[in-house]
Amino acid sequence: PAAGFNFDNAARNAAFEGLFEGGQTPKPLKTGTTIAGVVFKDGVVLGADTRATSSEVVADKMCAKIHYISPNIYCCGAGTAADTEKTTDLLSSNLTVFSLNSGRNPRVVMAVNILQDMLYRYHGQIGANLILGGVDCTGNHLYTVGPYGSVNKVPYLAMGSGDLAALGILEDRFKHDLELEKAKELVRDAIHAGIMSDLGSGNNIDICVITKQGVDYIRPFQESEYKETRKLKYKYRPGTTPVLTKKVVPLKLEVVEETQQRMETA
Amino acid sequence: MEKHFTDSRVKGVSTGTTILAAVFDGGVVIGSDSRASIGGEYVSSKTINKVIQVHDRIFCCMAGSLADAQAVTKTAKFQLSFHSIQMESPPLVISAASVLKQLCYNNKEELQAGFITAGWDKKKGPQVYVVSLGGMLISQPVTIGGSGSTYIYGYVDAKYKVNMTREECLQFATNALALAMGRDNVSGGVANLVVITEEGVEHIVIPGDKLPRFSDE
Repeated sequence: PAAGFNFDNAARNAAFEGLFEGGQTPKPLKTGTTIAGVVFKDGVVLGADTRATSSEVVADKMCAKIHYISPNIYCCGAGTAADTEKTTDLLSSNLTVFSLNSGRNPRVVMAVNILQDMLYRYHGQIGANLILGGVDCTGNHLYTVGPYGSVNKVPYLAMGSGDLAALGILEDRFKHDLELEKAKELVRDAIHAGIMSDLGSGNNIDICVITKQGVDYIRPFQESEYKETRKLKYKYRPGTTPVLTKKVVPLKLEVVEETQQRMETA
Repeated sequence: MEKHFTDSRVKGVSTGTTILAAVFDGGVVIGSDSRASIGGEYVSSKTINKVIQVHDRIFCCMAGSLADAQAVTKTAKFQLSFHSIQMESPPLVISAASVLKQLCYNNKEELQAGFITAGWDKKKGPQVYVVSLGGMLISQPVTIGGSGSTYIYGYVDAKYKVNMTREECLQFATNALALAMGRDNVSGGVANLVVITEEGVEHIVIPGDKLPRFSDE
């Protein structure tokens, strides 16, 4: 496949717009999500649901939306799943190299700047809405980075298709300097609101607590109440399908060409 | 966030805004609201900072696409810092404004951002410059910008006087921002004001409920 972005469908969409009056062009598929983050007294709590959808079907019931960036920084991603995955991987690699080269732990603001530069360069083509949270020597931080490269530093945050539901909970109950248990409860309730009110969000809730002491990645923090256990086994014992006849035909192959390729070991 | 995107001309987060700057006797006041919106309908942030410090005595207010404005001010901050090291002296306010103008003019096809630059320098004292969307740079004693500015042209024309005192100018700026935030749906939140003088820089934040109220409210 060719490298870079493929804009073939842009021409097709433009042609479509002419065909339908009112222009019902096909929309790019977004997987629904609810992600949230809260700064509390000793650190940052990040939360996410675990549903990945492909149109009306749930493609992954236990998808991980909280990505590792560095030992003290984690990132929740909403938007195009492939974009959030790759962007956070790239960021994580860059920060690891930086740590090794400079001997310093990365700061959250550095991760934010790298993300902002990259997403701005691509002018919104990378559909990644990210919540970055982490603890470093300057304190506890929570940032949002938009797909066009806009950055905002906030004490609490929700993103994804379930963001309005989650934001309602956060706006009502957020206070500065919450205790750990209250903060976890708040994030859990926010994600739960998103799961209940949004079709694109659902299944379990993951929570990630980052403090100066370390990271507690609780996956799942809460399992879905609607989870069913399988009633039947899907494995069939050998001999279930009886064999009626058997015919063996040997394939005659001959050597056409033999080449040797030296491996570069220098 | 495509569900929020309607027919707004700005893609992504817009600062839809009210920004202003005014020269008084001995300094300059620069201020803005704190609302960021998407598609003219959804307030994505109530506390966004639009007054950015680009050097010790020079501040910039941004309007338009938040992503574009943040990218431009980051570049400008770096270039100005480099310029100031090379010249071995603090930069002039007009240099800061020119850096922004170069970026806006040369990239006018791709960018949707306008700025107000205000500051103090040793050569000309307090000054205010405005860099518009296409990259025009002009100097004015008082200037307003952003979508909310349309509602306060009358107020500014009537009430601004040259050589006001610091307190008079602050009151003028606060009133202007309050009036604009009261009428413009994409301006709101808190009023962020910065007073820049030879002695230093002072930040003043006025929460929405402490803003002056007028007869109809």
